[in-house]
Amino acid sequence: MKALRNFMNKVEPSFRPGGKWAKLESVYDGMETFLFTPNTTSRSGSHIHDGNDLKRTMITVVVALIPALLFGMYNIGYQHYLAIGNSHEGWFTMFMYGLFAMLPVIIVSYGVGLGIEFIGAQIHHKEIQEGFLVTGILIPLIVPINTPLWMTALATAFAVIFAKEIFGGTGMNIFNVALITRAFLFFSYPSHMSGDEPFVKVDSILGMGGGTVVDSFTGATPLGQVATSVGEPAMTNILGEPISCLDAFIGLIPGSPGETSMIAILIGAVILLITGIASWRIMCSVFVGGLAMGALVYALPSHVYPASMLDPVTQLCLGGFAFGAVFMATDPVTGARTKVGQYIYGLLIGVFAILIRVYNSGYPEGMMLAILLMNAFAPLIDHCVVSSNIKRRARRVATKE
Amino acid sequence: MAIVRLKKGFDIHLLGDISDNGIVAASRPQTVAVIPDDFHGIIPRMEKKEGEHVDAGEPLYHDKNDEAIKVVAPVSGTVKEVRRGERRHIDAIVIAPDGGDGIVTHDLKRPARDVLLDSGLWVMMRQRPYDVVPSPSVRPRDVFVTAFDSAPLAPDLDIVLGDKRQYIARGVEVLGSLTDGKVRIGVREGQTIDAPSAVVTTFVGPHPAGNVGVQAANTVPVNKGETVWTLDIVTLARIGELFTTGRVSHDTVVAITGEMVQEPRYVKTVMGADLETVLKNETTNLAMSRIICGNVLTGVKVEPDQWLCAPYRHITVIPENNKPDEFMGWASLRPSRFSIYRTFTTWLGSLNKPVSFDSRIKGGERAIVRTGEYDAMLPMDIYGEFLIKAIISGDIDKMEQLGIYEIAPEDFALAEFADTSKLELQRIVREGLDKLRAEMS
Repeated sequence: MKALRNFMNKVEPSFRPGGKWAKLESVYDGMETFLFTPNTTSRSGSHIHDGNDLKRTMITVVVALIPALLFGMYNIGYQHYLAIGNSHEGWFTMFMYGLFAMLPVIIVSYGVGLGIEFIGAQIHHKEIQEGFLVTGILIPLIVPINTPLWMTALATAFAVIFAKEIFGGTGMNIFNVALITRAFLFFSYPSHMSGDEPFVKVDSILGMGGGTVVDSFTGATPLGQVATSVGEPAMTNILGEPISCLDAFIGLIPGSPGETSMIAILIGAVILLITGIASWRIMCSVFVGGLAMGALVYALPSHVYPASMLDPVTQLCLGGFAFGAVFMATDPVTGARTKVGQYIYGLLIGVFAILIRVYNSGYPEGMMLAILLMNAFAPLIDHCVVSSNIKRRARRVATKE
Repeated sequence: MAIVRLKKGFDIHLLGDISDNGIVAASRPQTVAVIPDDFHGIIPRMEKKEGEHVDAGEPLYHDKNDEAIKVVAPVSGTVKEVRRGERRHIDAIVIAPDGGDGIVTHDLKRPARDVLLDSGLWVMMRQRPYDVVPSPSVRPRDVFVTAFDSAPLAPDLDIVLGDKRQYIARGVEVLGSLTDGKVRIGVREGQTIDAPSAVVTTFVGPHPAGNVGVQAANTVPVNKGETVWTLDIVTLARIGELFTTGRVSHDTVVAITGEMVQEPRYVKTVMGADLETVLKNETTNLAMSRIICGNVLTGVKVEPDQWLCAPYRHITVIPENNKPDEFMGWASLRPSRFSIYRTFTTWLGSLNKPVSFDSRIKGGERAIVRTGEYDAMLPMDIYGEFLIKAIISGDIDKMEQLGIYEIAPEDFALAEFADTSKLELQRIVREGLDKLRAEMS
């Protein structure tokens, strides 16, 4: 560590104003605070501070995402070998295939996002902040694996600039940056975001996999199948074999890399709840809202809306509902900040997600839109909650007079 | 007697607590100083010049805006120096004690308010709103007194009181005559106060239960347009003593605590005594220490050649940062890295075991990201985070609506400790209060 510290000290002058690399000052600062927790001391106010900081908070969220990430990689390989009729391939090969499929997306996501953040920080002469640590890993998890890299790059750039930097950077954004990336892709390139193609990778990577796709192949996600089905919805895997709620719970179904496995998501949820980073109020109320709305539509089934025939538990296991509830809705920056507000915010996300999913067949996945919609309403919800405190205070004066 | 149970807050257990309640007398101070910054809200106009003689209790300066508000010398001696800083701001008024027993005796037949103002005890009280020295022209709605200090390593006020306890009842009588409401005393569980005319409330819970503002907010909160006075039980006893004997006692008992103190204990000395005398042979390694006048949350950083400052009852000495930059400290799994949050592993052991704390901030300043952190540390019916945002954005209407009149910077001290975003909350609150006061006057 000492050598590294000495090296950082040695190169520091060239990054300061007047130095050769002065334009990269914020990059240096970012690296330095990443490597070494600064030993600056308090000048005024409290003389002691808690050990927790935002870096730790963000990195804990990344840790919570790792189960979903690893499972997503495995599932990409699994779906691939299933599609080419070679489902007896070893799990390690499947995982490696998925790893190689996802690495470019992760690199593009971090490269583009951090690049813009670094430039932004340099322009404003601010320290690089760690907000993109989480966003950068969320994007590969919610973007379909077959999305061309240039689209992912463009969408990431759009989201970071227009959903985050123009609002003032980390902690200031109104909409969840990762979801804006997804929404940008969804509305700009709809043909690449739904149907048979986006969710299962069928070509070979670095000589791994590849082959002829089996005849019965269909790459649509269960929710996609339901949305386009006529009569009783039937869900199948990519070979046309029927799947159940349990399959969706385990996660070996087509879908965006991070969203398929309830198990992996629940491990992440446990990490977030134990460490206290995510609000259990939001997380639980999203599920409650989804269950309630799911039960309501299930009680009123209609052949016009095939998704209304799914039972509520299956609704929650399918698509991005669980992933959104655990990792997206709980984003403290874009969510409601008051305790009462968090219940309302979460409930409405759950309700709207199912509502959009069932009654708008154009969008088989409702979670993204539900969260973005509630992101917009979160400040209003908080405003109402805080207003009740203000009114209580005002009444105290009024009763005196 | 009413009992209020507070759940929010946190007791930080630091190394260096006092184990023996005996009081040791410090030797006579070399110099004694009055620090004008201790009495926020008044602008000093000197009454004594350098070289002039003062008796104990004789005014050194008064407020520029109200001549009646006096700050007095704690000892008899010669004004040695009026130390000035930037823009002629008075940093300290240094007195060389002559060892004489010249002390001002007050005529108790005069109105109580005038005696208080002249005695110099007036400036040891605070008023809400604004957390400043009370304005003599406003009659307070109530007077709030806290009888205990819940801050980390704080002294037991019963010990600081000592035999001055007998004057509490008289103090309550005097302050009761200056308010239309009541004198309300907040005590901790098991503490008794012998003052029949006071309203005594017991507060149970972690720090900041001992903060007088927290006690007020949980009994009879301060509303817009109202003024209350706040003080601690020691000042109340001093007021009682003044109105019994006619003299102010400037003796004080100071708790010397903290990890860098050899043997934490109580020391008897004089208000404003020089730290060289008070801390003689008390600390282990002065060069590697940070001396804090007061507690670690709200105290003032002082140098060894400076003086004891208000409220003259607590000194904490903690290690100054002496560690090199921590390699990837945010990834640390070391149990010794203390955090009240479960992102670190402290909670797996015990959060109540005394820990070592140095003065590092341990992170960079960020926008407010995590929710509910301030609220969990602030046992008041106030949305702390929204109030802080209103102050930062300078929105005066919002500040008023969200309850800025009820708070003082010290109420946000614990939130500042716990803040993941490392914002200087006490400074923000102080600036907000000052701004509001300037707008309203």
